[in-house]
Amino acid sequence: MIDEETLKKLSFKANAVRKHVIEMVYAAGSGHPGGSLSATDMLVTLYFHIMNYDPENPTWEERDRFVLSKGHAAPALYATLAELGVFPVDELLTLRKIGSRLQGHPDMRKLPGIEASTGSLGQGLSIANGMALAAKLDRKLYNVFVMLGDGEVGEGQVWEAAMFASHYKLDNLIGFVDRNRLQIDGETEKVMSLEPLTEKWRSFGWAVREINGHDFEEIIDAVEWAKGIKGRPAMIIAHTIKGKGVSFMEGSVHFHGKPPNDEEYRIALNELEDERKRLVEEFGGGS
Amino acid sequence: MWEMASQRVAFGKTLVEIGKENPDLVLLGADLSSSTKTSFFEREFPERFFNCGIAEANMMGVSAGLAASGKVVVASTFAVFATGRCYDQIRQSIAYPRLNVKIVASHAGITVGGDGASHQTAEDIALMKVIPNMRVIVPADAVETGKAVRAIIEEEGPFYMRMGRSDVPTITKEDDPFEIGKATVMRDGSDVSLIGTGIMVSQALKAAEMLRLEGIEAEVINMSTLKPLDEETTIRAAKKTGAVVTTEEHSVIFGLGNSVAITLGEKYPVPVKRVGIPDRFGESGEWDALMVKYGLTPENIVSAAKEVIKQK
Repeated sequence: MIDEETLKKLSFKANAVRKHVIEMVYAAGSGHPGGSLSATDMLVTLYFHIMNYDPENPTWEERDRFVLSKGHAAPALYATLAELGVFPVDELLTLRKIGSRLQGHPDMRKLPGIEASTGSLGQGLSIANGMALAAKLDRKLYNVFVMLGDGEVGEGQVWEAAMFASHYKLDNLIGFVDRNRLQIDGETEKVMSLEPLTEKWRSFGWAVREINGHDFEEIIDAVEWAKGIKGRPAMIIAHTIKGKGVSFMEGSVHFHGKPPNDEEYRIALNELEDERKRLVEEFGGGS
Repeated sequence: MWEMASQRVAFGKTLVEIGKENPDLVLLGADLSSSTKTSFFEREFPERFFNCGIAEANMMGVSAGLAASGKVVVASTFAVFATGRCYDQIRQSIAYPRLNVKIVASHAGITVGGDGASHQTAEDIALMKVIPNMRVIVPADAVETGKAVRAIIEEEGPFYMRMGRSDVPTITKEDDPFEIGKATVMRDGSDVSLIGTGIMVSQALKAAEMLRLEGIEAEVINMSTLKPLDEETTIRAAKKTGAVVTTEEHSVIFGLGNSVAITLGEKYPVPVKRVGIPDRFGESGEWDALMVKYGLTPENIVSAAKEVIKQK
């Protein structure tokens, strides 16, 4: 269940994060808008509604952790953390510039709020395993969230990590696969077929649920369900649209790792502004 | 003349001691804990030992996650798997974020013996040396191994430490000091400097005895830290003797010999020769027979020493 106030907050935040993502990759002249926009609604829901997290103290020991294994979606994570107040929103436009704390892929030693240095795919789930294991050792109650790209699960290490998590009964570990069905070279099922993906995770000992990764209520419900699973980890396979929120980026491989040109940039921002106005009409007032 | 002792056993025993003092010490293994002797720790502290199975890449990532959550982690397996198989995981998940993970590998070099080239590694030091933030330790014997394990666990940040499979001569004493980044002069001499690491330090000491019979006084240096290299001791040796032989149970490419030769080439050029594993894969055999076949004997060091002395 989701109340009107939460739905309003998450809708406006997701819209703001999407605008930042477009502005950031445009200013940087490079970056990955497609997979950032497909992940946005989940990131916003996690940080603004689900996670036990203090933006004033991002190293608080009891905090829930989030590991972005698909490190190329860094713009969406940075924008979410900035909107949350972990670091100044103004800094977002320094993405990928020399001297910036906002590296092309997340660097935990440079930027507050980043839990793991990722970018080389396939490694985040193992890191999340270690964090979940540490929580068990220390009898701490935090949860560890991790997001994988769908193309990323082609990496063998992901399945080593999948075995480890179920072997050690890491029920404080909750994963997302951002199932946008596209990777750089094309459709996942053409490049290297992943299906049946749900059955794969299930056979590795995980509790699995499929959701619409753009539906706030489904995201919230799925995490509530995952928290209730005992004795094994949970994977949420989130069906998403690559480039979600910008018409010409939706379902397009072209914008996996390419910023918009001047004309595309203008159109993208107009569309997101129109969406904001629509939200104002729907919910009344900004957030 | 020297007692033989296992570095792996010293490693395993020391971990148990440290485990009693430090509740944050966590060990990870990859199905080889009885070979790496991390099984001692597992028996004592089963709740702090995690077998990752035959899945080394995941083991490195789990190490990173544990370390990012305040644990000090020792991850162990054979050197060939610990480094080559997990290069990217070590680089991305451990070294780049400077996490507190100690990768301690056994069965390094060619003295693995019968398993052959698939299980021997002459490349591990090279692979670890080139990664920023990574420090590389190669203790010379079992006594030094115990001290080195303590030192790398006390010092924050990532380390790679290598040990052999076979027992090695005990050439250091319990009360000898051990410091990360500091070489030890094992024997004084003014004609040539023999700089060795690991098992080759004892070979260099034997070579020095042989040279003495021919009237050549060789200095022997134990370079137990490969990175950061003790440049001060290296340059001081070159200034003193004017001729250097390096020796290691590792490829002559990008190991100790490379570090010493480059340091001296830039800062104090003197004749240098490298005694190590040639640029080729190993093979099965008795470990001591392999040492002969691959040029890792005191005789090899002696002839290299005579050559550099001639070049002075």
